[in-house]
Amino acid sequence: MKPLQSVNDFVIKFANVNGTGSASANNLFAKALFRMGLPVSPKNIFPSNIQGLPTWYEVRVSEKGYLGRRGGVDIILSVNPQSMAQDIREIEPGGYFIYDNTKPLDLRLVRTDITIIGLPLTRICNEKYKDPRQRQLFKNVIYVGALAALLDMDFKVLTDLVADQFKGKEKLILPNITALELGHQYAKDNFECPLGIRVQAANQVGDKILLDGNTALGLGAIYGGATVAAWYPITPSTSVVDAFEKYARRVRIDPGTGRRNYAIVQAEDELAAIGMVIGASWNGARAFTATSGPGLSLMSEFLGLAYFAEIPTVLFDVQRAGPSTGMPTRTQQSDVLAAAYASHGDTKHVLLFPSTPKECFDLGALSFDLAERLQTPIIMLTDLDLGMNDNMSDPLVWDDSREYDRGKVLSAADLDNLERFGRYQDSDGDAICYRTYPGTHPGKGAYFTRGSSRDEQAVYTEKGEEYERNMLRLLQKWDTIKEYVPRPETTLCGKPTDMAVLYFGTSEESSREAVDYLSQEGIDLDAMRVRAFPFNQEVEDFIDQHERVFVIEQNRDAQLRTLLMAEFELGPDKLKSVLCFDGTPISARNIRKQILEHLPGNNVTPLHRKIRAGGVGEKA
Amino acid sequence: MSYQIPKFRHPDLPVNDLGYTKAAYEGSISTLCAGCGHDSISGAIVRACHELSLEPHKIAKLSGIGCSSKTPTYFLGKSHGFNSVHGRMPSVVTGAAMANRDLLYLGVSGDGDTASIGMGQFAHVVRRNLNMVYIVMNNGCYGLTKGQDSATADEGSASKKGDANPFSAIDLCATALQMGATFVARSFSGDKEQLVPLIKAAMSHRGFALIDVISPCVTFNNTAASTKSYEFVRDHAEATGTVDFVPMRQEITTSSRPGAAHEVTMHDGSVLRLYEDADTLNPFDRRSAMMALMDHQHEGTILTGLIYLDKNSRDLHDVLQTSHRPLNQLEESELCPGNKMLLNINASLR
Repeated sequence: MKPLQSVNDFVIKFANVNGTGSASANNLFAKALFRMGLPVSPKNIFPSNIQGLPTWYEVRVSEKGYLGRRGGVDIILSVNPQSMAQDIREIEPGGYFIYDNTKPLDLRLVRTDITIIGLPLTRICNEKYKDPRQRQLFKNVIYVGALAALLDMDFKVLTDLVADQFKGKEKLILPNITALELGHQYAKDNFECPLGIRVQAANQVGDKILLDGNTALGLGAIYGGATVAAWYPITPSTSVVDAFEKYARRVRIDPGTGRRNYAIVQAEDELAAIGMVIGASWNGARAFTATSGPGLSLMSEFLGLAYFAEIPTVLFDVQRAGPSTGMPTRTQQSDVLAAAYASHGDTKHVLLFPSTPKECFDLGALSFDLAERLQTPIIMLTDLDLGMNDNMSDPLVWDDSREYDRGKVLSAADLDNLERFGRYQDSDGDAICYRTYPGTHPGKGAYFTRGSSRDEQAVYTEKGEEYERNMLRLLQKWDTIKEYVPRPETTLCGKPTDMAVLYFGTSEESSREAVDYLSQEGIDLDAMRVRAFPFNQEVEDFIDQHERVFVIEQNRDAQLRTLLMAEFELGPDKLKSVLCFDGTPISARNIRKQILEHLPGNNVTPLHRKIRAGGVGEKA
Repeated sequence: MSYQIPKFRHPDLPVNDLGYTKAAYEGSISTLCAGCGHDSISGAIVRACHELSLEPHKIAKLSGIGCSSKTPTYFLGKSHGFNSVHGRMPSVVTGAAMANRDLLYLGVSGDGDTASIGMGQFAHVVRRNLNMVYIVMNNGCYGLTKGQDSATADEGSASKKGDANPFSAIDLCATALQMGATFVARSFSGDKEQLVPLIKAAMSHRGFALIDVISPCVTFNNTAASTKSYEFVRDHAEATGTVDFVPMRQEITTSSRPGAAHEVTMHDGSVLRLYEDADTLNPFDRRSAMMALMDHQHEGTILTGLIYLDKNSRDLHDVLQTSHRPLNQLEESELCPGNKMLLNINASLR
């Protein structure tokens, strides 16, 4: 088997033990490639545990700029004997297995169709370092140094990066560079460098940044003017509030008094967290909570109140694999239906689907405008893959001329000019009514907020016709909302086709790549990325214009497809599911394979004819 | 349904410092059962707010679900109100208070709303020492669902159904003391002379102020075998001592009795005077307060009045060091750092 040959196009996976400091060394590796001008997408695959269990870090390098998971692994860097058998099996034929050979490889694991490279990492460390912690930490840095030689990375980029990373802790710079050199030298002395797979500097990242979605979201909340954050710790959303706090401490301290222009309350549970957000928003502050699936379930009752009483509410849901505790450190897009229809009774909630850190920032800030304008919960559905991994992204930008949209709020002067205030009276015909903050006016504008039925003056009523009128107005408001939420992104393939893919959030990159693969095979697909629920008119038109639409999503039950079918009253034939729910991000190869499974035979006759002839096999 | 109180008022009704008669503090007509203790508490709230000359629109009244939680409709009609979900009023008040520290937050709850479904939120709002008044209208039963025992019903007490409650009772005052409450009082809906000054004192307290008001349910729990009936409470209530409340700025006139054992200056400058009839309780000592509650429980009596007051209370805003200006009044220019900072952040991410 000839070893794989490629330049700037491969997948490498690090197999580590969690709690051993591997994360920062692995980050160093990915960031160095990024600085060499190469698009990278690093992904942490980590256990729900603090120390001692297997953890992986997968880095895809793609000069073409494909950032999703490709599927398959070309190189494994193994320092964890626990997972070695599984790791070796995963390597593509022709790939490379780089491991710590201080302890010889179990002969039963040897594969003849891959190249096996032994680095005596433990031995080198034991000879060089006395302190056990140093032995452990520098082992990681040493293998990065060795990889630099094996892959032909620019060594200076690495040393510069170390200097940047330890700015302020200069004492650490030299020992880290020494460790890098140790690994680099060992590889140079013992192997023919570079391998068949290698890198070379390119200029493919432009002004892009490498950032995790949760940090971007925390920043979005700062820029969006949030002053109250109420939350309950839960993976993978915790770092949203951490980021909010970090930047709030930087930019939200009153220079005169030293007091904080924000309040963060760690609640006793998610019920309280969302209750606090509702209380603060009712009272005129911009507030948010961040949570994940289990928290969303707990928040349901309050979401119904916020929907019915029309209180702005911002909720960031960083999705993880459910149901129940599920796989708390693995990714999924499986809260779509739970969020869209959260709470008992007839409810519908606005959903936003970001797909990049920049979009986490943009939509994060926009959430507050939308919540106040539309007076309803805005639920952002991001996920662990986007939230906790460094993603290559366009830089963050804020338009300084932009102003917050605080929605329909009456001031004391407005109230003076008003004959009669009705909190739930639709004066403008858009089904959005005017509200007042408590304390605004001594004599006018007070009203009673409640989750029970009421008339336009907010007075309790059990009259069926009043209740029904209000519920119909809320449905009319749903139509107004369609005009405000972000529009989908459409990519037409430029050829006549009656087939398309439709996806949202983090399925974007892999879908885009799969569409390219299929196009090379003569299968042309238009593409749409949905960015919000309720679906805009464009979404309906796009589906109408195609005979078959593959809906790509990361859950078992095809939740987005269900939502599309329910909202557009579509039959089951038109939308075909492409799914991944094993907890890893969906890969391009997987998408391609599933679409092909819907299309048996080769692509000689036009596909739509085949489909009309019923020649397409269905497979779940 | 909601019914408005007729607008006609006696022309000579007394006005307060703001020129308001008591009518300015009233709400709609109560739809609770005739004789319900809760209506007396609503009346006491109206009187306390009127006598304190509070601006009605600077008060926010919030509640959960249940008979008690309906009452905010029946007082302070010029205040914003919020009837939230069952047992979750504390979290809504917490958020509201974070947004605007300048309003007075009056939470009204019941024994089911607080001691059962809302026990978690109650415990944590106490711990945080949120600046609010929390009144429990405590009748030992679930009125709206027809009289089931609640978690504050005493063991052995029987409601209209007749079965003795087999479970031990949750004493909300003792619970609050244990959770670190800084103002704890108990009263009886039938004793306005005690309740009104307690409400005033609670409103002047900076931090969490609990008033657990025994408020008999005339329909389901006013039986001979109930320990929350009018008769039982009248016979078994033992007051800690009388309380006078002198609002800020008001001269101390002859109407105040001499001989107060303690005069406490509250956060807003008002004065609270305690006349102690018994020397069994030191209301400034948490252990003494807890002991007094336990002693009375042991004797089968109900301790009422001010039970505990922490004169050095620090509320949640103090702890979080939030801006003295309400957060909901900060301008966009103070909140949004602008694009320049993003340029630096972007540079650090390359």
